[in-house]
Amino acid sequence: MTRAIFFTRFERFWHWSQSLLIILMLITGFEIHGTYELLGFETAINVHTIAAWVLIGLWLLALFWHTTTGEWRQYVPADADSMMAMVRYYSVGIFFGAAHPFHRRRAEKHNPLQRMAYLMLTMIISPVIWLSGLLYLFYQKWSVIGLQGLPLELVALTHTLAAFAMLAFLVAHVYLAISTSEKPFGHLKEMLWGYGDE
Amino acid sequence: MYLPMSVSARLLVFAAGMVVFSLCQAVTDSELSGSTADHTKFDELKQVFKTGPEVTEACLSCHTEAAKQLHQTKHWKWRLKHPDTGEILGKRDVINSFCGSIETNYARCTSCHIGYGWKDKSFDFTSETNVDCLVCHDTTGSYKKFPTGAGHPPYEDKPFPPKSKKIWKAPDLAHVAQNVGKTSRQTCGACHFYGGGGDGVKHGDLDSSMTDPKKSLDVHLGTDGLNFTCSTCHRTDGHDVAGSRYTTVAKDTHGIDVPGRDDKSRATCESCHGSRPHKAEVNDKNNDHTDKVACATCHIPTYAKGGKPTKIWWDWSTAGRKTADGKHIKTKDEQGYVTYVTKKGSFEWGENLIPEYAWYAGNIRYTQLDEKIDPSSIVGINSFEGSYSDSDARIWPFKVMRGRQAYDKGNNTLVMSHLFGKDDAAYWKSFDWNKAIKAAMASRGADYSGEYGFVETTYHWPLAHMVAPKEQALGCGDCHSREGRLQNLTGFYMPGRDSNYWVDLIGWLAVLGTLGGVTLHGLGRLFFNRKRRDGDD
Repeated sequence: MTRAIFFTRFERFWHWSQSLLIILMLITGFEIHGTYELLGFETAINVHTIAAWVLIGLWLLALFWHTTTGEWRQYVPADADSMMAMVRYYSVGIFFGAAHPFHRRRAEKHNPLQRMAYLMLTMIISPVIWLSGLLYLFYQKWSVIGLQGLPLELVALTHTLAAFAMLAFLVAHVYLAISTSEKPFGHLKEMLWGYGDE
Repeated sequence: MYLPMSVSARLLVFAAGMVVFSLCQAVTDSELSGSTADHTKFDELKQVFKTGPEVTEACLSCHTEAAKQLHQTKHWKWRLKHPDTGEILGKRDVINSFCGSIETNYARCTSCHIGYGWKDKSFDFTSETNVDCLVCHDTTGSYKKFPTGAGHPPYEDKPFPPKSKKIWKAPDLAHVAQNVGKTSRQTCGACHFYGGGGDGVKHGDLDSSMTDPKKSLDVHLGTDGLNFTCSTCHRTDGHDVAGSRYTTVAKDTHGIDVPGRDDKSRATCESCHGSRPHKAEVNDKNNDHTDKVACATCHIPTYAKGGKPTKIWWDWSTAGRKTADGKHIKTKDEQGYVTYVTKKGSFEWGENLIPEYAWYAGNIRYTQLDEKIDPSSIVGINSFEGSYSDSDARIWPFKVMRGRQAYDKGNNTLVMSHLFGKDDAAYWKSFDWNKAIKAAMASRGADYSGEYGFVETTYHWPLAHMVAPKEQALGCGDCHSREGRLQNLTGFYMPGRDSNYWVDLIGWLAVLGTLGGVTLHGLGRLFFNRKRRDGDD
């Protein structure tokens, strides 16, 4: 087993700032949705809007980083068999001390299910959120791009559904990240300091 | 002979001189800032006037076209044809839910007419001397029309109510005439603050507290701020005053009116402020809202807030009760406001009221005398159109006047009633609704079945005054919340207020399902781990 930098400085910065922004947007978003009252509607809108623009900036940076470093390959889906092996492991093997079916390397640092989950996050949940969110934000300008017939409710509800998906992802992600490492809080430490075992 | 003055005498003379000097200066200053004409110097006004029309005659000898101008206005005609609906509106024709209609009640109602002598149908609307200049142009505050004088002021001191100790003083007409000036909050307010039979009764956003308001009550009129008069916004052109609740501009897309280039109206908020007047901050939502939300909706958070309550309920059906020995009854609430009076029925008053909100496209209609009503439901004295999808409509704040009033049970129509007068048919004389309705309807030439009942009515008054300073304007959360101010408006999705049952159900099931799933998963792993460890031992 060798130690290597699994998560570069940029990736760690990206991960934590993104998580902070997403949690902030979940908190303010559900307030805007009317689920509870916390900051007040207007402050919630302002925080949500600022966070959205920062997050969009961060995404552009991350997109550039992934393309130029070739790290986007980390998210190419694995074959179905190895994904099924992971499903079997999480649903059965993990309870009985079975060996992890995937041996990770620096070039393939995510297990097949992880790759798929992150791909879904970046390719489906996030785009739905930010597309519907931008539409929501620029509601007043819809007629300029010929969308005046679009019901606001549809956009709002799409945005809300995607937010629920994001929240569900967050719950599962935190659970798996904290509890599935070999050493206690191993994954968390990797994401903090960058070093991981190959 | 030289008479030495004592020091104190000299000081006294000096002080007196200073007082006279500063007084002169004050007079000079105010005269310089005022009009180019000093009416006290006009010979035409240096005479003893016995009646109002005599004063008018003197006015017209210089202001030759003034009466002709006024003859064209709503203030004179009390009648206008609505340009869109074609309805004949105005005080002469609309039925209201306050003091009823002027038909057969002229002398009482026309104490708020800008004329003299409209005591019956035969009033000469072409008479120039019948125009009352003083009621609008008085600056002395001493000119008041007598409540039952058909527009005349009292020409000798006399009591009102009759036989009471409240004396209405006859004004010194020459003094009033020599001190005419621009209209003021006081002159406009003399009628508009007292509509419906008393202070603040009718409008809710106009009452005597607006004569001398602080800017906290009205940011435009406030004497400690902009100190506007009514005519600052309700500008006149040839004596025709801009702004009307019959032909309301619910959405002024024209924006700021530049003198010389645009219409001469200043009566909408937008004509000074434009349609995107807010400073954009993180969000520009305040400006984005102006297409669907009227300025007044956020900027008039409450009304009847100057210390004077407004009438919100008037039940005519309870009128006419007397004590066992035939005396009139009068009850008052804790603050001294009348809650029952034999002549008028029962009232409720409200102060610091939250407006009711509705989509409003400005096309206000009034239920006409020959229009069929449904007496089993609440009848709108007026009604209007507007919805979210109507691009001409915006959300407006309203005072909604409610009450019960007489209607024709046989014809299912609203009625007019003869209240005021010394004849037997007058309701305030004989307290017989049937006679009162019959008399008014006959005078009107309208059909009356001879059978009356009482119907509940609503009357919507769009609010546009008592605009609060911006710090007190409504915030987003006042409407964007589950139980906010707009919770009763339908037909559109409003963030913070609305949600979809299924989206929320599915969403929370997914989130809680995931949470439950990972919890069970974690507990399962702990359990099997321990079991395995125990087994290893």
